[in-house]
Amino acid sequence: MADQTAPAPSRGIAEAVGPRPRRALSVRNIVIYGILALLSVYYLLPIWVMIMTSLKGMPEIQMGNIFAPPVELTFEPWIRAWSSVCTGLTCEGISTGFLNSVIITVPSVVLSIAVASVNGYALSLWRFRGANVFFTILIIGAFIPYQVMIYPIVIILREIGLYGDLAGLVLVHTVFGMPILTLLFRNDFYSVPEELFMAARIDGAGFWTIFLKIMAPMALPMFVVAVILQSTAIWNDFLFGVIFSTPQNYPMTVQLNNIVNSVQGVREYNVNMAATLLSGLVPLTIYLVSGKLFVRGIAAGAVKG
Amino acid sequence: MPDIASRRSLVKNLNAKIAAIPMMLTATVVFVGCTLWTVVYSFTNSRLLPGGDWVGLAQYERLWGTRRWLISVENLAIYGFLMLVFSLVIGFLLAAIIDQRIRFEDAFRTIFLYPYALSFIVTGLVWQWLLNPEFGIQAAVRSMGFETFAFDPLYNSDLVLYGVIVAGLWHGTGLVMCLMLAGLRGIDEDVWKASRVDGIPAWKTYIFIVIPMMRPVFVTTLVLITASIIKLYDLVIAQTGGGPGLSSEVPAKFVFDAMFVSQNLAQGFAASTMMLVAVIFVIIPWAYLEFGGKKRG
Amino acid sequence: MQPSVSIRNLKLDFGAIQVLKDLNLDIGKGEFLVLLGSSGCGKSTLLNCIAGLLEPTDGSIFINGDNVTWAEPSERGIGMVFQSYALYPQMTVKGNLSFGLKNARVPKDEIERRVARAADILQIGPLLGRKPAALSGGQRQRVAIGRALVRDVEVFLFDEPLSNLDAKLRAELRVELKRLHNNLGNTMIYVTHDQVEAMTLADRIAIMKGGLVMQLGSPAEIYGRPAKKYVADFIGSPSMNFLPGKLRAGPVVDVAGQSIPLDAYDFTRKGLEGDVWFGIRPEHVATGEAAAACPVSYELKAELVKPMGAETLVWSSIEGTPFRFRMDGHAQVAAGDILRVGFDPVRASLFDTVEELRV
Repeated sequence: MADQTAPAPSRGIAEAVGPRPRRALSVRNIVIYGILALLSVYYLLPIWVMIMTSLKGMPEIQMGNIFAPPVELTFEPWIRAWSSVCTGLTCEGISTGFLNSVIITVPSVVLSIAVASVNGYALSLWRFRGANVFFTILIIGAFIPYQVMIYPIVIILREIGLYGDLAGLVLVHTVFGMPILTLLFRNDFYSVPEELFMAARIDGAGFWTIFLKIMAPMALPMFVVAVILQSTAIWNDFLFGVIFSTPQNYPMTVQLNNIVNSVQGVREYNVNMAATLLSGLVPLTIYLVSGKLFVRGIAAGAVKG
Repeated sequence: MPDIASRRSLVKNLNAKIAAIPMMLTATVVFVGCTLWTVVYSFTNSRLLPGGDWVGLAQYERLWGTRRWLISVENLAIYGFLMLVFSLVIGFLLAAIIDQRIRFEDAFRTIFLYPYALSFIVTGLVWQWLLNPEFGIQAAVRSMGFETFAFDPLYNSDLVLYGVIVAGLWHGTGLVMCLMLAGLRGIDEDVWKASRVDGIPAWKTYIFIVIPMMRPVFVTTLVLITASIIKLYDLVIAQTGGGPGLSSEVPAKFVFDAMFVSQNLAQGFAASTMMLVAVIFVIIPWAYLEFGGKKRG
Repeated sequence: MQPSVSIRNLKLDFGAIQVLKDLNLDIGKGEFLVLLGSSGCGKSTLLNCIAGLLEPTDGSIFINGDNVTWAEPSERGIGMVFQSYALYPQMTVKGNLSFGLKNARVPKDEIERRVARAADILQIGPLLGRKPAALSGGQRQRVAIGRALVRDVEVFLFDEPLSNLDAKLRAELRVELKRLHNNLGNTMIYVTHDQVEAMTLADRIAIMKGGLVMQLGSPAEIYGRPAKKYVADFIGSPSMNFLPGKLRAGPVVDVAGQSIPLDAYDFTRKGLEGDVWFGIRPEHVATGEAAAACPVSYELKAELVKPMGAETLVWSSIEGTPFRFRMDGHAQVAAGDILRVGFDPVRASLFDTVEELRV
């Protein structure tokens, strides 16, 4: 292969040495980035407007443009939304709702994940006769509209004295979080090499030891995903909050809706938007911090294994 | 894999059974028990309290003669249809674009998905504000000189549903995009290469090769969107409260109001049973395709 | 004669990483060229560049004399077979074969003719109505070859097409591929990391490493006269023994206390002196009586014996340098035995220790 000269082109194509001629590529890019930019406006507009509105005074809102940044920056709406706006019964701001949501979310997340992870573990590695029947019911049950089951649950909780109680609401969240979480954990534990499980049993470890010492640490990423999934879902819940708690225990979503959609008094749009942002802040932070794990959580939840 | 964990004795696997008790209770008491309870009581004339006499299908006859219920069902059908079509189309389009190795992929993905992290209440309230005719988009466009510009869907009973759909799409398409993107990334890169060697244009490759290959992803997405559509409640509560008039009522709200506001329990039971029936119509074909097919393969 | 495919000064960078470095290669008409190398050597990248699936950073590619550097893959007159088959799963075999042709607006009867011909050559006629999921691995591979065949092109590209198959089927398809090449006479460029595949299929082999061609030659050349120590080490299993030696005028080489005369050795570079690697393949080492007849012999202790059936591999060492050799399968030998081994320096390969090039 000493011949270093290029063979003569037989079809008369010009010598194309050097960088690629930029052809219609830029048109394609314009279309692609054009669509992306347009859709980004649709997706970003609401949060922009929320932030801008919450930083303006009412006179400016009435005079000005909804998209314009504030001429006179004020944090008054945020302070009012947090500590003094009326949420129905009281006028202590949405901070009470924030606290309620924390008090509801934390134990619900912990309990639902604890129950579902152990359950998923039992289903994947310690299968017993009939387990799959219950699991199938559980997964199909995830599609039953809540409205169908809600009234009998009210009756059950009333009978055991938990209706309107925080514990009752936690229980409801645990029950309805179970299908998706169990599925996640079951599939995750299925992917653990069987040999590892057998080796642990040969070493004499039992059900709980294997779970706590071997399986749970290995499934740590899945626990993180589950926490993300559950905490956003429970924080964002409205229906169960309305039905299973009493007005002084209402979670933030319910209080927020009461603030904005109550008919009495003058509408303070800036305070409304500040309150809306405040209640969106927790899930939004979780989303932005967790990034790819959030995506993995919803994708794992959606695409069954 | 051999069922290494199965034991003949009942006691041997006791721990696993104890661990599964919450699941068994949830499955039997809540998912089966409560559902059956509601279905059974939908055949009674319960009002303030469950009980009353057996009235057969009377509640259903009354339900399907109620204007509010009919509007709710119609609304849900329109919302559901448009939501399915648009979220699948936009979601797939976004996924296909993002799959082109674009710059700032992560940034765009974050933008398209963040609404999904927010609650329906927040979504509804923001869009209520944006669509506010006095101060929202309409006012802003008018102030730019288009004096006659009219865009106030939330105050127009013919358009209110589309206002809700705009908000619903804003909230949910990001999820569809994510699922579609996962599907697209799961496709063997060699298939794309093969189609390029065959000289098949990209759009044809998508339609004739890639989308058919993604059938399972589409089916799963379809089922998920449908299940969430039937549950539609919070968004309407926050954005329109069902108004103006009855023009944005939905079945889930009908059920809630019948049970907890107007104390007409049996109507609520009958309505929620109808919702269940709707879900069953979606789930059964899907379960058949998904799990029936797997055994054969 | 004009080459079928020519690569001129081809460069490809992925960011700061140079995957292909100023590569030149000519492939003759009807030649079966194998690109061989370990993973990451750039062989698949080169193939993708030839196919037009990757854009080179610099340089040019000619197919049949046309500069196709920036042409679309479908316009280059190539057909390609992929490792994962890449069949269109929802189309029948016939659909797979004809989809590209339909798209190129080839007349119907012409499509029929070409599909029938490909089916005939590859003996997949009875499978035309089936979908890929209903085919075995070997059948899928045949359909994938068929998809390249119907394109009626000069140049076939293969990207590790057999590596997803089991060993027995791989051996069968290897023979079939060779036969196909003999019948069709197309130019074929074939990427693999499997040296047996390369040796049995190729007219010429290009050994690649780090984005460069280390040696281009016939299988016999590559095996018998490796140009670099890397090539000598890469080809052959178990690989060549390398003993440190000193080359002196004579010419003789001092290895492990013996002076080995090199009168019969075919020097590539004459007159070199100093430190060298003395390489000898395990299969060129004789034992027992045959060893005594060799110009050079040593007494060694067998450290590890590995019976393989037809032959027995023995691990040993010469002055601390590992030394492997092959014995007949009937040989009675155990670890700890003292054996006499010998070899003929004619079959050896010498490399300098600086650039590790053949001496």
